Amino acid sequence: MKKKIASSIGLSAIDEEAVDERSLSTKPSKTGRLRSFSSIFFNPLQSRDSSSVFKADELFLFFLPAGGFAGNTGHDPHVLYTLSAVQILALFDKLDILDVGKVSSYVAGLQNEDGSFSGDMWGEVDTRFSYIAICCLSILKCLDKINVVKAVDYIVSCKNLDGGFGCTPGAESHAGQIFCCVGALAITGSLHHVDKDLLGWWLCERQVKSGGLNGRPEKLPDVCYSWWVLSSLIMIDRVHWIDKAKLVKFILDCQDLENGGISDRPDDAVDIFHTYFGVAGLSLLEYPGVKAIDPAYALPVDVINRILLTK
Amino acid sequence: MHGRPRKAYKPEEEAASAAKAAKLRALQSQFMSNHHNKIYTKEAVDLSTKLLEINPEAYTAWNYRKLAVEDKLSRIESDPDLIKTILDEELRVVESALSQNFKSYGAWHHRKWVLSKGHSSVGNELQLLNKFQKLDTRNFHAWNYRRFVVELTKRSEQDELKYTDDMIGSDFSNYSAWHNRSVLLSSLLARKADGFLPNKKIPDEYKLVQNAIFTDEDDQSGWFYHLWLLDQTVNVETPLLTSSWPSHGSRISLYAGCSNGSFSKLTTFGSESGYFPLVLNFDQAVGGVSSSTVTIDTELKGNEDLVWEPVSKKNSHVSCVWVARLKYISSEPCFGKEYKVKVKIGNSPGIVSSRGCNFSASYEFVFTAHVHDTVEESSQEGIVSWTDGFDIWDAESKDLNALTTLDRSNAQMDSKWRQEAIAEEIDLFRELPDSKIGKLTLARLLMAKAMISDDAVKGVHYNEILELYKDLMALDSSHYQYYKDVHSVALLRKVTSSTEDLSGHLFRCRNMNNSVCLRLNNLSLSRIASVEKLLFVQMLDLSHNELHSTEGLGGMQLLSCLNLSHNRIRSFSALDSLRHLKQLRVLDVSHNHIGEHSVDTTRYLCSSPLFNSEWTQDEVGRQMPTLVTKYWDAYFVLRDLNLKQLDITGNVIAGDVFSSFVLRVVPKLVWLDGKKLEI
Repeated sequence: MKKKIASSIGLSAIDEEAVDERSLSTKPSKTGRLRSFSSIFFNPLQSRDSSSVFKADELFLFFLPAGGFAGNTGHDPHVLYTLSAVQILALFDKLDILDVGKVSSYVAGLQNEDGSFSGDMWGEVDTRFSYIAICCLSILKCLDKINVVKAVDYIVSCKNLDGGFGCTPGAESHAGQIFCCVGALAITGSLHHVDKDLLGWWLCERQVKSGGLNGRPEKLPDVCYSWWVLSSLIMIDRVHWIDKAKLVKFILDCQDLENGGISDRPDDAVDIFHTYFGVAGLSLLEYPGVKAIDPAYALPVDVINRILLTK
Repeated sequence: MHGRPRKAYKPEEEAASAAKAAKLRALQSQFMSNHHNKIYTKEAVDLSTKLLEINPEAYTAWNYRKLAVEDKLSRIESDPDLIKTILDEELRVVESALSQNFKSYGAWHHRKWVLSKGHSSVGNELQLLNKFQKLDTRNFHAWNYRRFVVELTKRSEQDELKYTDDMIGSDFSNYSAWHNRSVLLSSLLARKADGFLPNKKIPDEYKLVQNAIFTDEDDQSGWFYHLWLLDQTVNVETPLLTSSWPSHGSRISLYAGCSNGSFSKLTTFGSESGYFPLVLNFDQAVGGVSSSTVTIDTELKGNEDLVWEPVSKKNSHVSCVWVARLKYISSEPCFGKEYKVKVKIGNSPGIVSSRGCNFSASYEFVFTAHVHDTVEESSQEGIVSWTDGFDIWDAESKDLNALTTLDRSNAQMDSKWRQEAIAEEIDLFRELPDSKIGKLTLARLLMAKAMISDDAVKGVHYNEILELYKDLMALDSSHYQYYKDVHSVALLRKVTSSTEDLSGHLFRCRNMNNSVCLRLNNLSLSRIASVEKLLFVQMLDLSHNELHSTEGLGGMQLLSCLNLSHNRIRSFSALDSLRHLKQLRVLDVSHNHIGEHSVDTTRYLCSSPLFNSEWTQDEVGRQMPTLVTKYWDAYFVLRDLNLKQLDITGNVIAGDVFSSFVLRVVPKLVWLDGKKLEI
């Protein structure tokens, strides 16, 4: 699941086998093009100029006539990768190369009668896809192509009695799904549907003794929750309910100080996924030297302001 | 990617891994060729099986298989056995993939897709699920799939409840089971199924969850379930009116002219506009408050078709607080008269809570409005000072009583089982003295008791509650600020719980012609609460506290002077609720942290142009696009207010650029940072 959310947040086009085989961090890339996308996505957070390295047109290798993007060449389109593509282009201010009408129609066309969203033509429904659609269309300024009221109603129907959200109505609360639902509600100006105190307490209790955050009760802490729990807490203004210093220490403890990168837990193998979320978490914790990131869009604040606050 | 130890690859491992990758690539390449050429031969389909067995995350392969199935089904006659055979093979492949990775979205969805076709036997599914539950009782894919099968087979909620009984019975530390139980039970209670009445069922559930909480005091599995039970015990579904301004039986004096808190009596109000707010405060968010559901009976002319507005964000049509503006100054001479105003709520249906419950039977309250024609001479244009001369206010207690009485006349029915349940839980939790969950739950139970019992007992409990939260700040320091916030809420409940407590915070401001000020400064408050008891407040001092937002203040509709200096406000977006305060004229936000932080925690909680809605700019805004983008939240908050006096010094954002921006956005401002402005 986390792989999917990772790509939804802009780690696009992960070559799953490369990640599984751990060939990314030490060897020259077998999938040179893909690795450069991911590393380029990270750079802006560390304030390095990488626009010269990124070739926006190459994204079209993953673009399909239906209007969606695939995870890799030859694969089928899916909203996950479509959002990644849009986020990457937004990051580099190259959205103009897109056929916005086609892409937005592809995404909007995946909304169902009850307001939910399918991931692709095969009909898997999940609030992750609600977030993806809303985030994507918001960046493209085409939110009016979907029925926002119904989309919000569906998300609210996935709200649980503990204040959290699951992937479908009745599903257990999970930090990743909570990020998606809270993010979607934030983007559509609908956070009044969230019981901030109730959810805030559930979320702040994800911080365990080591200072790290888990994704649901009685689970192990994991650096990627530094994003999902943290951004959710920030969007509902309850981030002060956790110990930020302890979390910073946990994230830094997950670094591989010899070879670089961040892992899910101290002394585990690193990967780009957790490296991204560790850095993004540090940004939300105002760690010095890291650019400010928007908690709802998972893109730098200046990028979002550029897109949404100017005509 | 998760839970793999960090170690350098040995050369043999590297080679093996490279070989594996090469094999996978070859498979994938052949698969892609089949997929793009729409080849669905047995050989081709078997290739996809091999691919999925190695990597169940190859989502395109699951898509391909669906196309292959549909292709096969289209070629055969509708022979149910043949169809079943084809689909059974899919189920087998899914099971094999799940044994590789029982968290594969693609695999689970493929199974759902097959089952949804309606040709497969569903009988095995629950058994399959039991197998996966044994491997991992928290596997949410399995739980979700279980709900899917239950829906398909129309298994009863009672049977499923029994299943959660079994799961919890074998291991209480199963949050997923508790969650499922909460879903089923709330449904059974809501439709009042046989044997599922709250007064019997809820106490039973308390007994069940106690084991989960007491067996291991650090295990969270039962905590949230217990909190839900408490909510069911304390909160009545039907929305109630908790308070109003003016309140029932009160007599208010209305004056013409500007109001900057310069009136000597608690029940006096003045406005240049000639309207006074009628405020309704409900115990939960409701919608449907309008001139048809709330009728006003009065001789005050011009109030036939009132417009009721919710104190909430633009998108929201529900709120705990609703306001209408009643006209008291008209062209006709009607000064010096006393007018009775009768407010009838819920005469006709339409007021509904956000959970879908209708407002209970019609409720009525009456107050008297005494309209004066003279402008009180103290309606000054002078600067408001927060530091000079405050005198203790002599309690005209009858006055205050009328204002602070929480109306419980439309009290909850059936409260005996609720009070008993709370009392029993309190006794039980006193036996867990040193644990975090013990103290926290006890504090919550005592708060609940204070809410549903008589006034006389209230004062006693609050001190114990405050002590418990202080203990928790030390015991569980990671969550210090959480306990701080709930401590502030409890403190404000205490302050507003009785006339004696409240009058200790009411002062006369000598330099403001003895107008009444509520002083809640220097109390280490990090949260605002109990506003429903403070609807009458016109001048409020919250300085020298730890507030980082004005969340909750929107209901204080009469507020005209507000001091928030020396707090922890980080941005104007945190002051968004002030936009509802149409009477606000004096605002002090000096010595805060505005502009200091790169992370804005209230960005999405305020009405802002980030919601893709029309970014409406007025003339002033259009002239300064760069500054409006830079200070968008200050722009939105300040332009909606009619401020005469503003203090912003001592904030990182303050300076010449920001000051000149403010002057453009708030043209009627008279005083900025203590200096009178040239007109």
